Amino acid sequence: MAYSEKLIDHYENPRNVGALDKGDFSVGTGLVGAPACGDVMKLQIKVGADGRIEDAKFKTFGCGSAIASSSLATEWVKGKTLDEAETIKNTMIAQQLSLPPVKIHCSVLAEDAIKAAIKDYREKHGKPAEKAAE
Amino acid sequence: MSSLQEMKIAADGQNRPKTPIYLDYQATTPTDSRVVEAMLPYFTTHFGNPHSRNHSFGWEAEKAVENARAQVASIIGADEKEIIFTSGATESNNLAIKGVAHFYKGKKNHVITVVTEHKCVLDSCRHLELEGFDITYLPVQQNGLIDLEQLKAAIRPDTCIVSVMAVNNEIGVIQPLAEIGKICRAAKVYFHTDAAQAVGKIPLNVEEMNIDMMSISGHKIYGPKGIGALYVRRKPRVRLEALIHGGGQERGMRSGTLPTPLCVGLGEACAIAQREMGAEAERLKGLRDRFYKKIKEQLPEVYLNGDLDSRIPGNLNLSFAYVEGEGLMMGIKDLAVSSGSACTSASLEPSYVLRALGVEEELAHTSLRIGLGRFTTEQDVDYAVEHIVESVQRLRSMSPLWEMAQEGIDIKSIKWAEH
Repeated sequence: MAYSEKLIDHYENPRNVGALDKGDFSVGTGLVGAPACGDVMKLQIKVGADGRIEDAKFKTFGCGSAIASSSLATEWVKGKTLDEAETIKNTMIAQQLSLPPVKIHCSVLAEDAIKAAIKDYREKHGKPAEKAAE
Repeated sequence: MSSLQEMKIAADGQNRPKTPIYLDYQATTPTDSRVVEAMLPYFTTHFGNPHSRNHSFGWEAEKAVENARAQVASIIGADEKEIIFTSGATESNNLAIKGVAHFYKGKKNHVITVVTEHKCVLDSCRHLELEGFDITYLPVQQNGLIDLEQLKAAIRPDTCIVSVMAVNNEIGVIQPLAEIGKICRAAKVYFHTDAAQAVGKIPLNVEEMNIDMMSISGHKIYGPKGIGALYVRRKPRVRLEALIHGGGQERGMRSGTLPTPLCVGLGEACAIAQREMGAEAERLKGLRDRFYKKIKEQLPEVYLNGDLDSRIPGNLNLSFAYVEGEGLMMGIKDLAVSSGSACTSASLEPSYVLRALGVEEELAHTSLRIGLGRFTTEQDVDYAVEHIVESVQRLRSMSPLWEMAQEGIDIKSIKWAEH
């Protein structure tokens, strides 16, 4: 399959690979996908005192498109408020990386990972998931 | 690739094999230059129609085709009259299975095959099912081999044909052909084997193995694409209905003018394989074992799919746990291999062959098929191993599943949302 240069760059030089402390109160963790389906993404956000995402990390089991999608997602959420980060759509990721049609699900998973991390953070802070669920 | 790696490679450039390195010999093989050489005159000066009976152009072409037929027959211990040229193993498999089934339709409506067969066998059987035939798909054991007792039990009075592949294209395992042949002969059922991946790699003898029909492919054995053959036993005679009708060539079983250069190519490829098979198998086994040993030494949690002993020498099928196959292939783009991962298939399903062995889906997604062949060198192997190890290590370091495994979390204990 022929991939875009941007995608290959994110695969070869993934941004923000790593892990944040799950137990940290300021960290939200999202784990989405399934090993049996061939892709699993773990995306973590660290929210600063000003309510903005000051750091993000990911680890992904999956194809090049899945790795690139999650790498891009961590890049995009940084510096955003939770509400802003929630507006990131899979279509934006797919477009940015020029994902071929069979790989669109990778970008969907990346969007899910962002949402799951935000939800986890909000639950930690006593806010039920209603906002994240919409 | 980092510039550091590039520098390193440039520094020992002397030993660096030419890239990309082809390690997909079960997909296809290059046509051996000796084969091309033998074919060339039949495109130009010796261009005659082998079925032209009235002039020397035809006679010359006919002689070449018949010589090729004998070469094909020789490598499987058959008589040249029993070889039918086809367009390839897909056609041979279609002709064998549908041809026999159609001939016996009404009297014998049952066909036995195996779940790990090539798609062209399975799809032919599906097609027969639509026509009202009853098909038994035998399961395989964890090592990829069929259980002979299950085969015996599956044979019925109305079984017309048993089709079991000689060597599997994904995992390279060799089915117990002689035993299957014995069972089929005793039950008076035709035994067809798809030997596309077996011819020229393991010794085959249609007499000793009681094989009634055998499919052969040109491009899997360093011959040209677009040519194959079907061995059809004469004593006792196998009856089958043709798929392609026309001028009645190939004893009426396959009409159409024979492509002389391709026939010559297939014949020459068989002759070379027959001469060199013994030594080549030894060499490939050495390379294969070196590959496997080096990988195992450097990486934990690598699993071999399919039996190690009953296997052709040029195949390895390995699951690199916690690293998805297509993601891995992107990291080793210097190496041409294939994967059982869903992402590399049009259906987005992981390999049905691996699933049939009971390999769990998550491991099926992490598999690579490494095919070694005539032009693979020790340098190629060492270079490939180095790059696979490097890439697996990098991808594991960014795999959430690897992280969990290191933390002692059982991945199966997590409730995954399958998507």
